[in-house]
Amino acid sequence: MSRLDESSLYQLTSTRFRLFLREPEAIFWVFIFPILLAVGLGIAFRNRPADVLPVGATTPQLTQALAADKGLSAAMMDEAAGTHALAIGTIDLFAIQRTDGVVYKYDNTNPDARSARLLAERAVQSAAGRRDAVVTQNEFIHETGARYIDFVVPGLLGMNLMGSAIWGMGFAIVEARQKKLLKRMVASPMPRWQYMASFILSRLVMLVIEVVVFVGFARLAFGVPIRGSFFDLAVICLITSLAFSSLGLLIASRAKTMEAASGLMNLVMLPMWILSGVFFSATRFPAVIQPLVRALPLTAAIDALRSNMLQGIGLNHLLMSVAILLAWVVVPFSVTMKIFRWR
Amino acid sequence: MVHTLSNGSKYDGPSLSLSGLRKTFGEVVAVDHLDLEVMRGECFGLLGPNGAGKTTTIEICEGLTDPDVGTVKLLGLSWKTSARELRQRIGIQLQETQFPDKLTVEETLRLFRSFFRRGIAVEEAIRIGQLEEKRTARIGGLSGGQKQRLAMACALVGDPELLFLDEPTTGLDPQARRHLWDLVDDLKRAGRTIILTTHYMDEAERLCDRVGIMDHGRIIALGTPAQLIASVGGEHVVEFAVMRSDAMRSDAMRSDAMRSDAVRSDAARGDLDAAPLKEIPGVQSHRVDAGLHQVSVKDLHTTVPRIFSALAGMGMHLTEFRTHSASLEDVFVGLTGRNLRDE
Repeated sequence: MSRLDESSLYQLTSTRFRLFLREPEAIFWVFIFPILLAVGLGIAFRNRPADVLPVGATTPQLTQALAADKGLSAAMMDEAAGTHALAIGTIDLFAIQRTDGVVYKYDNTNPDARSARLLAERAVQSAAGRRDAVVTQNEFIHETGARYIDFVVPGLLGMNLMGSAIWGMGFAIVEARQKKLLKRMVASPMPRWQYMASFILSRLVMLVIEVVVFVGFARLAFGVPIRGSFFDLAVICLITSLAFSSLGLLIASRAKTMEAASGLMNLVMLPMWILSGVFFSATRFPAVIQPLVRALPLTAAIDALRSNMLQGIGLNHLLMSVAILLAWVVVPFSVTMKIFRWR
Repeated sequence: MVHTLSNGSKYDGPSLSLSGLRKTFGEVVAVDHLDLEVMRGECFGLLGPNGAGKTTTIEICEGLTDPDVGTVKLLGLSWKTSARELRQRIGIQLQETQFPDKLTVEETLRLFRSFFRRGIAVEEAIRIGQLEEKRTARIGGLSGGQKQRLAMACALVGDPELLFLDEPTTGLDPQARRHLWDLVDDLKRAGRTIILTTHYMDEAERLCDRVGIMDHGRIIALGTPAQLIASVGGEHVVEFAVMRSDAMRSDAMRSDAMRSDAVRSDAARGDLDAAPLKEIPGVQSHRVDAGLHQVSVKDLHTTVPRIFSALAGMGMHLTEFRTHSASLEDVFVGLTGRNLRDE
């Protein structure tokens, strides 16, 4: 046996790693699922040419006037058919010719319908002979970093770091407790801190694979930018993973059954899935709950990841997020050490 | 092939010494003022029914449970001051430990070996557990007996001076039990001190140099199996059931099954006066259990004919009759009036 083989910390860590790799479901959730989610979202929110908005009109003249605008496609229909088409959403706006002018029927809370209203108004007025008072020109930009996929990839990365750390810790420890393996371990001369440390070390090895695979995929497939330094990004991922590992240990510190543990894990993670800005900005929540939202580890993690990847902000400007994450490393870990149930 | 203890410890007092041990769980007194000494090289068995306090006692010895009152010394050391050293010097096999299904036999032993500063090679542990063919098999695919031998091998990797086995054969089929007994024989021959618990009297008789019979948290009898059996007062136990000869005749029309019920009824039994039976020379004791009379005797060939003639003289007819050599079961029954596996 080599010296490494004789080290209990090495043996514990490699055991953790082996057990993880022999669990096909875990591999799916940690490595494959985030990629599938990114692909799905990438397809759903891909950049398309500006939409042509479907509209309806009651007379041939009006239809022709509307069809003249490149942003609209117009069809002629009577009032009953038009109202029905509006109701089922096949057209965004219905233009009705009256004796005293034109009436636009549309839903003013629907952004597409409001765009259609502006385009239709312009088309109708210019067909009637209105001339523009000011000459204007358009310049189009389609910049990476401002798309939804750019926004959501750091969010998914944060969510994935949370899930894999909490599930990875929680299930393995509670299972070992349920099967009396924890008790067997403390009946041996194994130093207890090494048991905890082995989980964290194997997590860190997995973290490297996880982040490289996911960010690499997002970059190659969608061109998601990484504008900040790789070193800063690595540090953020590391602290994030430590914070969630610490939280995972805390969740697993007392639970005796898998059911209790998975209930606790969902209880802890659910608020963060909703509040921490994975899919939309956390600033949308009312000001009263913002302090709570800000204090969540996932909010801090995602803020830091987005700032790094999308805006290229350095760690020295992210001290608040880093401090929140570090607090989430230290506090749950110290509580865990006090209340952990070994049998 | 026997692996012999390689360490020469200077201490030669008792390997285990317990005094005034008491442990309660809420209202339940699990261990009640227990004193015990186990000598070096001895194989000691704690025998008793489920719930007698065997596991609590052995877990107090193993340093996994703290006693409310009393002192525990292992190899002259106490858990309070020398826990780390003791963990290195003892081997433990717990009841119902489930090792991770997806680890192999060799990986598991390598892991446990890494916790000990000194001990036997993993190969040697595999050989002792007779698991050579299963070396690379995952634990999930092992039989009950193989898993138990693995647990035993894990307890042996640190080459322990003192070995604790908690119900090592519970739940195993007869063949696997005998296999494990052979393994314990080898360990005894190698000079290890072994302390085991069991609720199988045959196991205690077969393996242990000395046995303590436990009931309700106390050791109610202590000695070598031969001493304990001799204390019952006879080497053989005669069991029989009777009914009055005239009742027999009136029953003659009934079916055998119904007649056998009648024999066990109180009316048929109440007629037998125990006093004349106890008068018979060679009869040591008499008791009745569920309609069966149990009489312990020294010499079958002289006493049994006297029992037959005494019964005939009382007008009794034998409906059942058998004899067996006295066992620890009879010792337990004699002491408590209950069977070992009444639960």
